[in-house]
Amino acid sequence: MAESLLTLSGVHTHIGHYHILQGVDLVVPRGELTMLLGRNGAGKTTALRTILGLWRASAGTIRFESGNIAQRDTPAIANLGIAYVPESMGIFAGLTVRENLVLAARRGPPDEKRLDWIFRFFPPMKKFWQLPAGLLSGGQKQMLSISRAIIEPRKLVLIDEPTKGLAPAIINNLIEAFAELKQTDTTILMVEQNFHAAKSLGDSVAVMDAGRIVHAGRMADLAADAALQTRLLGLSLEAHQ
Amino acid sequence: MKRIDWIPPALLLAIVLGALAMIGSPSTWVTLTVAGLAMGLLIFIMASGLTLVFGLMDVMNFAHGLFIAIGAYVAASTIRLFAGAAGADSFLANLGAIVPAMLAAAAAAGLLGLAFERIIIKPVYGQHLKQILITTGGMIVAEQLIHVFWGPDLLPLPRPATLRGSFLVGDVAIEKFRLIAVVVGLAVFAAMLLLLNRTKIGLLIRAGVENKEMVEAMGYRIRRLFVGVFVAGSALAGLGGALWGMYQESVTVHIGASMMVLIFIVIIIGGLGSIGGCFAGALLVGLVANYVGFLAPKIALGSNILLMVLVLLWRPQGLYPVSKQ
Repeated sequence: MAESLLTLSGVHTHIGHYHILQGVDLVVPRGELTMLLGRNGAGKTTALRTILGLWRASAGTIRFESGNIAQRDTPAIANLGIAYVPESMGIFAGLTVRENLVLAARRGPPDEKRLDWIFRFFPPMKKFWQLPAGLLSGGQKQMLSISRAIIEPRKLVLIDEPTKGLAPAIINNLIEAFAELKQTDTTILMVEQNFHAAKSLGDSVAVMDAGRIVHAGRMADLAADAALQTRLLGLSLEAHQ
Repeated sequence: MKRIDWIPPALLLAIVLGALAMIGSPSTWVTLTVAGLAMGLLIFIMASGLTLVFGLMDVMNFAHGLFIAIGAYVAASTIRLFAGAAGADSFLANLGAIVPAMLAAAAAAGLLGLAFERIIIKPVYGQHLKQILITTGGMIVAEQLIHVFWGPDLLPLPRPATLRGSFLVGDVAIEKFRLIAVVVGLAVFAAMLLLLNRTKIGLLIRAGVENKEMVEAMGYRIRRLFVGVFVAGSALAGLGGALWGMYQESVTVHIGASMMVLIFIVIIIGGLGSIGGCFAGALLVGLVANYVGFLAPKIALGSNILLMVLVLLWRPQGLYPVSKQ
């Protein structure tokens, strides 16, 4: 297995009176796409938000490269090279596609070659370059949200349910885009409910339940073991193909 | 290409043309229209900062009127310092008095805004009830401090010599100072549009008004941006206070507080956090106040409340709602 880029050790997160993460131990290998699976309410989104500092870990360590980022604030964490695609997509509806991407490019104006690379994945971004993002379709908004995350080379991209609510044709398009993104050096931690996508893209996998990691291993192994899928997720990947 | 919602401008135009039909006399209509535009643009200068502060950080600052009052008092004191230039019979010499007065007013209000944000606002982020209580309390304390520095009496703020009186164009009388207010108001609006649409800071402000969490997740420190917006908004309120004081030709400690109802109406009508909405709302309020004051003086007092009710029945999120996440 590749070396670890991100390691969560005994991470707890409280939101108000609720104890959501209850000692998460997770290793995200460098250069791989790690799938974070689990039933609704298992704590997957909270885990991503805690890594980025949007929720503050109440205990435990989050090591990114060599430093503990558990108590750093969100902008400082993002500036380490971590991008986030939230479940809500988080696009700025009143800003154009161009303005959304300009804002995401921290190092200056977006690089032309990088833009061409993104346009190859997501042609609507070029077509609707000057259109307010609020007027895009659901799939196009998701494309924009992902484009923002990869407008510059990132060390780690956190992606929360990118295929949620999208048409099958668009999901296939996204899967192809992520497959190509995997060929770069980018490490990805993705929460996904679509098992076809998870199986197609995941190198490694971690399964959450009740605020803890209950399984970690290779995605291929989980995909091949129907009994394990049923035990961990309450369903079989085969049934979703 | 950005799509502009032309319905609010069309509504404004309809009101202006409808007023012409109801008033009958074109000269009276022109006078009232210029007065309405001047009033609206002055309110816009004072309100624009508050709408961004609310939109960006959900901060309910009931002490915004304080910055207006400080601007007016500092302008009055500065004009006294430049009494020679203010009293001269030359427009350029007069500018030599009112420009320093406006700059000093904006600078003083901006500095006060910086201190106010650090001491009063910062401890109550995200707590609306406490924001209302502490900013109202802060305003009361600050008004007493104004009494200490400038005294409790009404302070005269005479307009410079060449800005008194009116131009006569045919039989239309247009107050000179109102034209100055229109020019400054349009300049401020143009500058804000340029800033918000052509600079990265402007993009950040617009993005932050929509979804500040996502802006932080991109690596930007929204709190620093907010402090900048708060200071700029306070400075604009100070500038507006200076102009409003000259418009009234006197200053009292309540000059800001008395404007707050109109300012809140404008930012609610416009859509919280929307500069375009604030501009359209301010013009709407200014024009309607002047037309109704002439046509039906008995209902003038409540006309702006009625206007707000009608606009919110039509567009509950305001003329130009900001999509929030």
